[in-house]
Amino acid sequence: MTRRYSALSLFKEGLAGQTGWRPAWRSPEPKPTYDAIVIGGGGHGLATAYYLAKNHGIARVAVLEKGWIGGGNTGRNTTVVRSNYYYPESVELYGLAHRLYEGLSKDLNYNVMLSQRGMVNLCHSTAEMEIGARTVNAMQINGINAELFSPEDVRRVAPIYNFSADARFPVFGGIWQSRAGTARHDAVAWGYARAASRLGVDIIQNCEITDFIIEGGRCRGVQTTRGAIRADRIGMAVAGHSSVLAAKAGFRLPINSYALQACVSEPVKPILDTVVLSPGCGVYVSQSDKGEIVIGGGLDRIPSYAQRGNLPTLETVIAGLLEMFPIFGQLKLMRQWAGIVDVVPDSSPIIGESPLPNLFLNCGWGTGGFKAIPAGGTLLANLLATGKHNDISRPFDLDRFASGRLIDEAAGSGIAH
Amino acid sequence: MQLFPCPFCGPRDETEFHYGGDAGNARPDGTQVPIDRWANYLYLRTNPKGTTREIWVHMTCGEFFVMDRDTVTHKVLSSAALGGERAA
Amino acid sequence: MTASRLATGGSAIDRSRPIRFSFDGATVHGFAGDTIASALLAGDVAVVGRSFKYHRPRGIWGAGVEEPNALVDIGGPRATPNTRATTEPARDGLVAKSVNATPNALADRNAFLDRFSRFIPAAFYYKTFMWPDWHMFEPRIRAMAGLGKVDTDWTSPGTSDQINHHCDVLVVGAGPAGLAAARLAAGTGLSVILVDDQQRPGGSLGHRAGEIDGKPAAVWVEETVAALTAGGHLILPSTTAFGIYDHNLVGLNQRHSDGRPDTLWRVRPRHIVLATGAIERPLPFANNDLPGILSADAALAYLRRHAVLVGRRVVVATNNDSAYEVAQALAEAGADITLVDIRPDGMPATPAKVRLIKGRALAAANGRLRVEGVTLDDGTRLDADCVLVSGGWTPTLHLFGQARGKLAWSEARAAFLPGDPVDGIAVAGAAAGAVSLSEVFASSAKAVASLGQTKAAMPASTGPEATGGITAAWPIPGSKGRIWIDYQNDVTVKDVELAARENFVSVEHLKRYTTLGMATDQGKTSNLPGLALMAGITGRTVPEVGTTTYRPPFTPVPLASFAGARAGELMAPVRRLPLENVHRASGAVFQEYGGWLRPAHHGGGADADGTIQDEARRARQSVALFDGSTLGKIEVIGPKAAEFVDFIYYNTMSTLKPDRCRYGFMLSENGVVFDDGVLVRLDEHRFIVSCSSSHVAAVHARLEEWRQDRFGRDAVYIHNATSEMATLTVSGPNARKLLQALDLGLSLDDADLPHMAIGHGTYAGDEVRIARVSFTGDRSYEISIRADRAEPLWAHLRQAGQAFDVAVIGLEALMILRAEKGFIVIGKDTDGTTLPHDLGVEGPRGKRQTEFVGRRSLFTEEASRGDRLQLVGLTVPQGEAPLPTGAHGIRRSDGKLNSQGFVTSSYQSPTLGRPVALGLIERGAARHGEAIEIQHLGKLRTATIAAPCAFDPAGERLHA
Repeated sequence: MTRRYSALSLFKEGLAGQTGWRPAWRSPEPKPTYDAIVIGGGGHGLATAYYLAKNHGIARVAVLEKGWIGGGNTGRNTTVVRSNYYYPESVELYGLAHRLYEGLSKDLNYNVMLSQRGMVNLCHSTAEMEIGARTVNAMQINGINAELFSPEDVRRVAPIYNFSADARFPVFGGIWQSRAGTARHDAVAWGYARAASRLGVDIIQNCEITDFIIEGGRCRGVQTTRGAIRADRIGMAVAGHSSVLAAKAGFRLPINSYALQACVSEPVKPILDTVVLSPGCGVYVSQSDKGEIVIGGGLDRIPSYAQRGNLPTLETVIAGLLEMFPIFGQLKLMRQWAGIVDVVPDSSPIIGESPLPNLFLNCGWGTGGFKAIPAGGTLLANLLATGKHNDISRPFDLDRFASGRLIDEAAGSGIAH
Repeated sequence: MQLFPCPFCGPRDETEFHYGGDAGNARPDGTQVPIDRWANYLYLRTNPKGTTREIWVHMTCGEFFVMDRDTVTHKVLSSAALGGERAA
Repeated sequence: MTASRLATGGSAIDRSRPIRFSFDGATVHGFAGDTIASALLAGDVAVVGRSFKYHRPRGIWGAGVEEPNALVDIGGPRATPNTRATTEPARDGLVAKSVNATPNALADRNAFLDRFSRFIPAAFYYKTFMWPDWHMFEPRIRAMAGLGKVDTDWTSPGTSDQINHHCDVLVVGAGPAGLAAARLAAGTGLSVILVDDQQRPGGSLGHRAGEIDGKPAAVWVEETVAALTAGGHLILPSTTAFGIYDHNLVGLNQRHSDGRPDTLWRVRPRHIVLATGAIERPLPFANNDLPGILSADAALAYLRRHAVLVGRRVVVATNNDSAYEVAQALAEAGADITLVDIRPDGMPATPAKVRLIKGRALAAANGRLRVEGVTLDDGTRLDADCVLVSGGWTPTLHLFGQARGKLAWSEARAAFLPGDPVDGIAVAGAAAGAVSLSEVFASSAKAVASLGQTKAAMPASTGPEATGGITAAWPIPGSKGRIWIDYQNDVTVKDVELAARENFVSVEHLKRYTTLGMATDQGKTSNLPGLALMAGITGRTVPEVGTTTYRPPFTPVPLASFAGARAGELMAPVRRLPLENVHRASGAVFQEYGGWLRPAHHGGGADADGTIQDEARRARQSVALFDGSTLGKIEVIGPKAAEFVDFIYYNTMSTLKPDRCRYGFMLSENGVVFDDGVLVRLDEHRFIVSCSSSHVAAVHARLEEWRQDRFGRDAVYIHNATSEMATLTVSGPNARKLLQALDLGLSLDDADLPHMAIGHGTYAGDEVRIARVSFTGDRSYEISIRADRAEPLWAHLRQAGQAFDVAVIGLEALMILRAEKGFIVIGKDTDGTTLPHDLGVEGPRGKRQTEFVGRRSLFTEEASRGDRLQLVGLTVPQGEAPLPTGAHGIRRSDGKLNSQGFVTSSYQSPTLGRPVALGLIERGAARHGEAIEIQHLGKLRTATIAAPCAFDPAGERLHA
């Protein structure tokens, strides 16, 4: 029986025909009660369960997943990991996630292939360079590494960018974060699932929430397609579906659901070594370790729950890509898809107790949930274990919408108005 | 590419439209509005999975209107000129 | 395999037009009408590439879009990596190179990897490379990634056309089912578009025998095409329907033989008939990936279309009837055929000259770089130079699935068939599970009938009436040897078993964990065998395992097709001034500001900064001209116009007198300052909203929304006149004198036209509106005139200005002038959190009694905080360089740095002889005179907080 992953175990299994491996996670029948229930078997939910067991010693935990783990946005994003944020609150949050990512493969004993190849956010005008400087200075003051790149620096990390004199969006420079990069998205979900399962967490797939059990004004459990399951601490991390569960629990959220599309080209030999984002072209792009060019852009224009790609946005995004990298005009699109994201007015997540006591929220990550998985899990686990915020999660409580203390990164970078 | 029926212009491509928010989200006036009520108006959304009633604007003619549609199937159920729905 | 070209035959090739091209450096001969694959086969080229992971030799498998193996990089001006050799027409002079092979497909230096395959099974990379660090290993693994190569010298051959079209019925697939459906639909008066991804219509009729309506199939195809063409219907060959999107919009990609880039079609049909055929599956046996093992149907296509006989000593292995025609045809063409049928009975008659071994399956293929023989499951060994396999047919339901059609499992067909119908979409032919031509035509008639059309009669066929009899032959768990499921990504039976062992039993987990079906062929031949194997391992049925989601595109589509003409300014248009050419002629250097292309400065060559300084200095000395045409001019008209502007603005505007104007803020509902500008009142019911250049569209949209939502269409009317009018600004101590040199037909006396007043005059017979507002702090006149009449006025102003040493200034100098005065630019000196009182405009918040946009948000906890960022000036000692814009004010506490705000605007003031700067600084309004540390890219400086206005604080120059 092989449990620990290593080059040695892989070699030994190679000699034995790879037959000694055991399930990466157990699939037990749900028990009637748990100490805590986590709704949603994506990255955030699985990480929450893992940190509940690891950090807080609470292992009588069930992760309830309506489909198969990692099947939502965890498996549909463009895998970028970064912490190039402006406001101190965001820096604390995404900085925590970034640090945890850096040790995650060893922590989970699962190679999530964090590839810190660096990311450059391009600036296309003097005005954008001024905002770039504002952002880089804020990051440095907040203790996050960042550099303000010159056009020559950009050319060094992305030589195939369109540097021609008549480029629609010339490069004035950029914001560089060398620690940014990509990670293998599925591996993050599976790695957390495996590690959580080993610590005793029950991962229950094909288990959809049909209702909440509410007694005395507090949430006491859930009704599911696999029966009633009770616990006095319930967390939900169901990106793209948050409003639907909130409605079952009797409250509304400041969320609209939109499709976010992504697509990949056919795999080609390495040609682009960093993550490049052009605000002018509205595109961010990287090349996967498989060779595919991974392309992301803006949201679709129409609120939707259909996980389905659409032509108008795709055409706009690809036009932007070819403006950035004209030689990609020889490539072909291999696959396009879409995930449903929670769009919040200030584009920051919501972490905290919901209007229904005992039910805790981890939602509203918009397009940026993947990079935050370790932090989202850590913070929701802390809330479930202690019932209280810590300093990092406090600013992201739902109450900020009434107090007016929004954390709007777009506002800080001068984009949104 | 979805087709939306502008009550004034007829069916047009989705790219000509802009989403305006939930229908029936009445604006509370005055400085004495409880802050929770104001925050609900500003931020809380029904965001249903399924049929929904929304305000849209057809940018090419500039007219706002109400549309009923399904957020999963993308089927458009009806559209009508604005008649004070948001205030209603 | 000893493949060869036969002396005669080949319906697709033109032997009078021989061609030559190169593959991996060797010359290949062929004929017009060949694909790269058919020419390679004719030349007996067995190894055409290498697989992704193990670098196994790969030969041609199929004859169409499903091809997993034969990918080539096309070089030259139309370079494109990873092109399927089975669909790409061979062209004279073409240069093709195998993918993932160095130096070539036959002698790939990474072939050794296959020997380590036992140590690198599916998903091995998740289990290792963690110590010391993934970054130690990644570069080497990354270097192995990818298939084809990007040509870095590539330049675009031109723009892809994009065409919108519509029709009553779009028929996808011009095989027998599609042709029949198109003809039936056309016969009932519907308009039809028929698309097919092959170069010629006909589909399987191009290589399968049959008679239709008493004629040879080829004749029926020609007649049908001719009838459709004559009826005005559109037939698009070489065109792939790659996606069905919302509301049944269909995306087509059309290839051209004349060197043009592909064309993207967006078709909106009322109905869609999917006659997309079916794809032949491989059979599972050890080493089933060896070159020389082909799809049986493909071998028939190469024979009948290209006159290529794929082997001399051929084993045909099958579990269904469709391979019998193949065996017969190849035997008739002279090949030695052994037919191995898994079924013990119930088969069609054995064709002449064909040896039948029934009730047996292949256990293994033998050979290293190409197949040399097979071993049957009873141990019998047969020599063979080619093995043809038919594992049954998978209906091509990708588009149906994309349209959210559900699939229904048919045990009898061993395949998924269309389930419940989807609105507007019918499925016909092999895609619907039809096998014989009569079944196919019946399904076409049914499909067209389902569109509500029933009049036409269906064609009658007398082709081979194959039964579709099949005995499923799925990969069996625990089988010996290495049995490939996904050829390109190297996924074997053992990998699927490993996935199951590790609990990756969900079909999506299987796909992601093993990469099954994620290669460039997107699993067209591998998905179903893979999930059937998973069903077998886990004791479930195939439908219980389910299918993965079908995602567009059906086959890879050039990125250039999606982009179309959207490049450069056609992707992101810039707005242009009416006088752009005039400015260019006088040496203006243009830059883009907020979407507008505007003069930054005039002349100066390398010393742009010096020129800008000079423009700003001269503007203060005498008089300056500035093109302010980008300023938003939105008219608000109607009985409730005054009430409306009161609601829109933070400041009370209804008290404004006619022909006067007032500066104010517009807020968002969250209280944040959205825009600033001057409101002009022309008469009781008529106002003009001036707004920031980059905000015109957004302001207009907001005005419309409040008008329609709150005031009503009849109460207010809104008209955006921004582009109708040019606005030319005259500013400086001599501004009035300059204006007096023109006869504008109005009094310029300050008594008649004081600061913040509007005057009406004429110039050369055109009305002009003159506003005494100032963005420089000097006496200024903004003259608005019809955009098409602005040029003579501008010329006149310049000419008359010579007497005053007039300075024509660009936006950069204007930015200095306004910064000297502490005038803000929204979005630069404010951000998305700035409230009006942060800018020192406290009055309306405390005093106004009537409702306005954003009002309640000015009284939240956050809005009332004492430590808000507030607008200030920042000064540095004379002789120091200006502060960098974007630098932060900092505070140290407990060894930690905190931002106290930031520099938003910063310039050298030529008039003051020192730098001026604006910033948003915590509690700044109460800290004038305090020193503050400023950090930029790690370097520290000290500045002093001051009032925003650094020049003429009393405002005397407005009236000077």
